[in-house]
Amino acid sequence: MKRTKTILRIVCALLLFAGAFLLIQRLLTPKYVDGIVEGAFVAEYYREKKDHDVIFIGDCEVYENFSPAVLWRDYGINSYIRGSAEQYIFQSYYLLEDTFRYEKPDVVVFNVQSLQFGEAQSEAYNRMTLEGMRWSPAKVESILASMTEGEHFIEYLFPLLRYHDRWSSLEKTDFQYLFQTRTVTHNGYYMRVDVKPVESLPAVKPRGDYSFSDRAWSYLDKIVSLCQKEGVELLLIKAPSVYPHWYDQWDEQVKTYAEKKGVRYINMLEHTEEIGLDYTADTYDAGLHMNLSGAEKCAAWLGRILAEDYHLADRRGEEALAAEWDEKRAAYEAEIQEQKEKYGMA
Amino acid sequence: MLFTSYPFIAFIAILLFAYYLVPRRVQAPLLLLASCAFYAFSGWENLFFIAFTVLTVWAGGVLLEKNLIRQKERLAAGELSPEEKKAIREGEKKKRKRLLAAVLLLNLAVLATVKYLGFFLESVNGVFGTAFGTPSDWIVPMGISFYTFQSIGYLVDVYRGTVPAQRNLWKLALFVSFFPQLVQGPISRYGDLSKTLFDPHPFRFGVLRRGLLRVLWGYFKKMVIADRLAVAVIAMTGGKDRGGFALALLFLYTIQLYADFTGGIDITIGLAEALGVTVAENFRRPYCAVSLKDYWRRWHISMCSWFRDYLFYPVSTSRLMRSLTKGAKKAFGDKAGRKVPLYLSSLIVWGTTGLWHGANWNFVMWGLANWAVLMISQECEGLYAAFHKRFPKTEGFGWRVFAVGRTFLLVAAMNLFDCYTTLGGTFGAFFSIFDPAAWAGFEPAGLLSLGLSGADFILTGICVVLMFGISLMGAKGDVRDRLARKPFALRLVLVVLLLFVVLIFGAYGRGYDAGQFIYNRF
Repeated sequence: MKRTKTILRIVCALLLFAGAFLLIQRLLTPKYVDGIVEGAFVAEYYREKKDHDVIFIGDCEVYENFSPAVLWRDYGINSYIRGSAEQYIFQSYYLLEDTFRYEKPDVVVFNVQSLQFGEAQSEAYNRMTLEGMRWSPAKVESILASMTEGEHFIEYLFPLLRYHDRWSSLEKTDFQYLFQTRTVTHNGYYMRVDVKPVESLPAVKPRGDYSFSDRAWSYLDKIVSLCQKEGVELLLIKAPSVYPHWYDQWDEQVKTYAEKKGVRYINMLEHTEEIGLDYTADTYDAGLHMNLSGAEKCAAWLGRILAEDYHLADRRGEEALAAEWDEKRAAYEAEIQEQKEKYGMA
Repeated sequence: MLFTSYPFIAFIAILLFAYYLVPRRVQAPLLLLASCAFYAFSGWENLFFIAFTVLTVWAGGVLLEKNLIRQKERLAAGELSPEEKKAIREGEKKKRKRLLAAVLLLNLAVLATVKYLGFFLESVNGVFGTAFGTPSDWIVPMGISFYTFQSIGYLVDVYRGTVPAQRNLWKLALFVSFFPQLVQGPISRYGDLSKTLFDPHPFRFGVLRRGLLRVLWGYFKKMVIADRLAVAVIAMTGGKDRGGFALALLFLYTIQLYADFTGGIDITIGLAEALGVTVAENFRRPYCAVSLKDYWRRWHISMCSWFRDYLFYPVSTSRLMRSLTKGAKKAFGDKAGRKVPLYLSSLIVWGTTGLWHGANWNFVMWGLANWAVLMISQECEGLYAAFHKRFPKTEGFGWRVFAVGRTFLLVAAMNLFDCYTTLGGTFGAFFSIFDPAAWAGFEPAGLLSLGLSGADFILTGICVVLMFGISLMGAKGDVRDRLARKPFALRLVLVVLLLFVVLIFGAYGRGYDAGQFIYNRF
């Protein structure tokens, strides 16, 4: 009897602790719905119906430079961007593994910008990519591959241990989005409508060594192999941006690699005119990333390649999918209006 | 492996699980294994140092006891005259004394070499202008002062015949290396610790719960209070330490030291308790002391009693001290001469205590400052008695509060020696408190530039009140016993609350580097 009572008490204690732990952890973990929203991108994918033709994988140069809404509008391509801020190549690989758990798109578009980093540079960026992933072997491996000095796996497992000191900086949104969240992207695309033209560029700094690290190459190998294994076409791109500089020496290496592996590589910087990019109007941060206008131009240009060269079917005739996109388009247009008002462009 | 690190928490969880799962006869060996593993985390080469101490002290203890047995056998064999018996006793005692001295010297030599050689050579270079190279890159093995002193205590006790020698090498190794107290003590006595250390311990949920509750309380003090205050203390000793900041440093460091050291000891005692082992208490509400003498009866009790039993008494009753007393009596008269052994022995004890805390002149000065205040207080005892006789009302509560505050200030002022590595740093900060120019432009809001926010200070304030409040409650009986009498639901809520206070408000993880215990340095 006494033993039963003790066990019952232990169970009560554990339940109380676990419940309180989960609640407090949820409260203290950043919500990424205002201000820095990049940490919300990866998790949003899981709320999607997973039936995409094209998956974009990469860093800010994919989630800001391509508009899936335009790919749908112009070509009937159902696409999604799985990218987050400074997403490192190893994280992209594991995110791709994670994606293949849910769906097999026809084409994966990978932006090669992240080849320049063989190791994670910042915990903050790690967190923004990794925390949104659902738990799976891919997530575990991605964490292990990404952790910088001083990071602990257990703090990914229980984010409360990492974010406990947010107690003094909690905001209204932490309570508002305690049990719910809101979507901040449009199929992974992060919209900005404002304009900050390129006026001057910092001088290009020559580097002592232009080679990418072995680790970065090994993960690109893994991406290639994984796509081959899954029977998915891989398209390597260098998305347009004028800064940070994409060196010719880097480009040559990627071209050589792509040829060797039999993978298509497009450096969009070489097609600026064809795309119709105008860096005085198509960027919101002086050339680092595209704004809405730039992203729509890039999507329209790449969409033609995807439709024609990869023979992706126009799915606008699929009733359910079209209805879904109608809703998405409405939200897309609404945010355009909202942002235009916000930036005084209405 | 820091007590406040994730690996340590995992280590403890695994150990506790295994400890109560293995056959009871294997529990002590498992503890030894765990202690070795814990120690190896600080650097596997450190195992050689502790192994040396274990082996020499074990062999010394066994030989001392054999000698005692031989002495008994010789005394019992045949009929001996009193003179012959005396000669045997003296002869064997001399042998034991030599043996004891040899083992002590060996171990003290190791301690002196790794901890004090650099300080000694630097001092020699400073005084004589020599240029002896100092071993600046030597890392002092973790807890060497603690385990060396604990081992010396054991050996002297065997020599004195107050405890039997431990003939089992592994048991002695466990006594010396018992991991919860390796980091910062307490310096346990063999007679106390051995009562429960080697025994089999059946699993009792109540014992485990009780021990872990104390561990949690220790983490509260260490992580919520001490490590948070460490951020401000480090900022102040790093340059913001004049005028008002120096005064703030004096208070904040004294609270930090208390929370850090008593918190660490709570973790130690609680862990040992969870393992079924009883470790002696090391504190008795030290900041309630009404005098410095009283304070040293309450603070780091195991160290103070060690110095009393193994240094003060032997030195004050030594042949040299007796002849010095004789000479002093002749020179200064009976009354003054009688004080010579007390003064000199105390001076040696406090000088050594200072050095034990750290190999620099700051700690030596700290020890001497304590000695000076204690001796002056001793000399003024007559004056105090006369004062209280003249003003009997001064024995009341108000006077006690004044005495407690005065002692706290005194201790806090002397703690400044601990904050710096140079005498210049200490005195510069201390005297700036009385320099109006150093206060120019100081505003209390300036404390918010020390790395802690207003919310941090408010939180710390509340927690400090809680810490001292619980400590005061302890004067009326064990707080955990009182808590155990409360309804289950209330206990559960309180414990879960405390756990979350530690988890949420603990100063750990990125941005906090103050995890090391202060007394770990000693």
